[in-house]
Amino acid sequence: MKSPLSWNRIPRVQPDKIHRLGYRQATLPQESWPLLAYGNGRSYGDVCLTESGTLLLTRGLDRFMAFDRHSGVLRCESGVTLADILALVVPQGWFLPSTPGTRYVTVGGALANDVHGKNHHVVGTFGHHVRRFGLLRSSGERMECAPDRHEDYFRATIGGLGLTGLIEWVELQLMPIQSPWMWVESRRFGNLEEFWSLNRDAETKWSYTVAWIDCLASGSKRGRGIFLAGQHAPPQANLPSFKERSRRMAIDPPVSLINHLSLRAFNALYYRQPVNPCGALQHYQSYFYPLDTIQDWNRIYGRKGFFQYQCVLPPSVAQDGVAELLNTIAASGQGSFLAVLKTFGEKPSLGMLSFPRPGTTLALDFSNHGEATLRLLDSLDAILREAGGTLYPAKDARMPADLFQSGFPEWERFADYIDPAFSSRFWRRVTS
Amino acid sequence: MNSLKRIIIFGATSAIAEQTARQLVARGASLFCVGRDSSKLDAVVHDLQVRASSEQRVDGKAADLLDVSHHESLLDAAEDFLGGVDAVLIAHGTLPDQKACEASFEQTRKEIDTNATSVISLLTLLANRFERQRSGVIAVVSSVAGDRGRQSNYVYGAAKGMVSIFLQGLRNRLARSNVSVVTIKPGFVDTPMTAGMDKSGPLWAKPEQVAEGIVKAMTKGSGDVYLPWFWYWIMLIIRHIPEFIFKRMSL
Repeated sequence: MKSPLSWNRIPRVQPDKIHRLGYRQATLPQESWPLLAYGNGRSYGDVCLTESGTLLLTRGLDRFMAFDRHSGVLRCESGVTLADILALVVPQGWFLPSTPGTRYVTVGGALANDVHGKNHHVVGTFGHHVRRFGLLRSSGERMECAPDRHEDYFRATIGGLGLTGLIEWVELQLMPIQSPWMWVESRRFGNLEEFWSLNRDAETKWSYTVAWIDCLASGSKRGRGIFLAGQHAPPQANLPSFKERSRRMAIDPPVSLINHLSLRAFNALYYRQPVNPCGALQHYQSYFYPLDTIQDWNRIYGRKGFFQYQCVLPPSVAQDGVAELLNTIAASGQGSFLAVLKTFGEKPSLGMLSFPRPGTTLALDFSNHGEATLRLLDSLDAILREAGGTLYPAKDARMPADLFQSGFPEWERFADYIDPAFSSRFWRRVTS
Repeated sequence: MNSLKRIIIFGATSAIAEQTARQLVARGASLFCVGRDSSKLDAVVHDLQVRASSEQRVDGKAADLLDVSHHESLLDAAEDFLGGVDAVLIAHGTLPDQKACEASFEQTRKEIDTNATSVISLLTLLANRFERQRSGVIAVVSSVAGDRGRQSNYVYGAAKGMVSIFLQGLRNRLARSNVSVVTIKPGFVDTPMTAGMDKSGPLWAKPEQVAEGIVKAMTKGSGDVYLPWFWYWIMLIIRHIPEFIFKRMSL
């Protein structure tokens, strides 16, 4: 069987064995350790990979267990994807209270990476909406973890990168909605300063906020972009029709299609797209998951893959820090296809290793041009170090150990909760 | 077109049957599921219950179908629960270890009982019920392996071949009673049953693809159905290779 890859297709490593899980009551392999769960392969880098031992494929654990239509409590196996959940609950008036930018992640992966969405400033992270979950340890012990039950394992497993054992099932509290449509306002802003003032205002009024920025623009246009604010729409008398058009990136181009020319053209065009400052209805699928309509979009970067760089900067230095990161990127000429800027709210994350924290997060994609790209990322690291920021493990293929350890000060305490049979390439990389 | 509203599924915990059950539930069907392992069956039934609307009924019962003496009462329980039966899908089975069967007749007999005898017991009872009712669909998951004996798995092939020929006769008998008899012949399907095999290559299908074909065949009341479709052509060639050549091939 072909060895599973992570979403950015770096690194390419092969475990000794691949073990498919089909039913919850199965026991874990007692040999070929370390073990690591692999869900739908949407995380980046090596949090979901191991170059030795056994990869446990969890997509076979794809059953719903219970759903209460009145209270919005859903329990399902960990290999169920957020897309499966939305297909079930949206027509019944419920929604995921926190969702990342793709609905093709598994529930287990969303929990293990404590993912966040555009409404972090209001609702916190995915982990804040987890009522309980089942953890299977390699000893065979099954633990039900909740805020009031095995509280330490609850906090360790949320954002725990799949290292505390196998997450078998998860129980979520969903959020009521009145319509599958969103009310969305979009505005163009000319530079970073305009972003900060727009954002300050929007955060108090909108449940979802995010900005896309043109990371190639410099000088007075530095940080220009489009600000998107949204909320779930109330019931409507007249709805537009919606049918998702899905396409597939069917081939691996020999070289990345994202290059200097295409980037400049794309960013310039994207900035000039029609905006809607008066607001308009948009279906939740195209609002939350624009990239999900192109299946296998990651192949556009070619066989060598790409790097995602998602960092967070503390509030006090965020404005200068983001400006400096953008300066460095614009000067390098290695821009990003989609640079996303978002401020996190104050709600403390539950997990010992959760990434979201008060401050500003910037996410960028870079084609893999080998040494040149790694050098650029190293220089961005230096800015982060200075500013006291860190990187998102779920999106990382190369961060140095010191940046992880300083950014996740609870990591040594967390290590006590790791299952002795579980490990990942990421964990070995950032702790050795 | 057959209406598929009340359906019994035997072997509901198999990957193909579970995917078929999900698609049937999405079309508004009520289901009674039978599986050997009660905790696996519970997981499947609970999932289907969550997916069903409040008007649909889904439940199940754990049973070892090797014990043919319980078949009658199982069918009664299912019919009671569903309030009548429109269709039955028989999907239970095992993939025998061919080498173990060559070494032991007992092993061979057990595999034939699981894959053929127990199916024929169910079919005997169902045929009479549906014949009286003068409507219904009987669908059975057989296999392309039943089309011709091969050295690598002829015990499995013989059992599936027996089922296929039995169904052929049954279809002939029940045609005048307006009962559809559907023989499903999947090729290579990526399921736990085929866990030991190398699954690279274009011939491998996903269980949900096969399930889609099953639902379509049951609705249309097709006869012999190869899934995916290209297996019809592959098996046409394999069936027509002259025996004096075939016997020297290692398939």
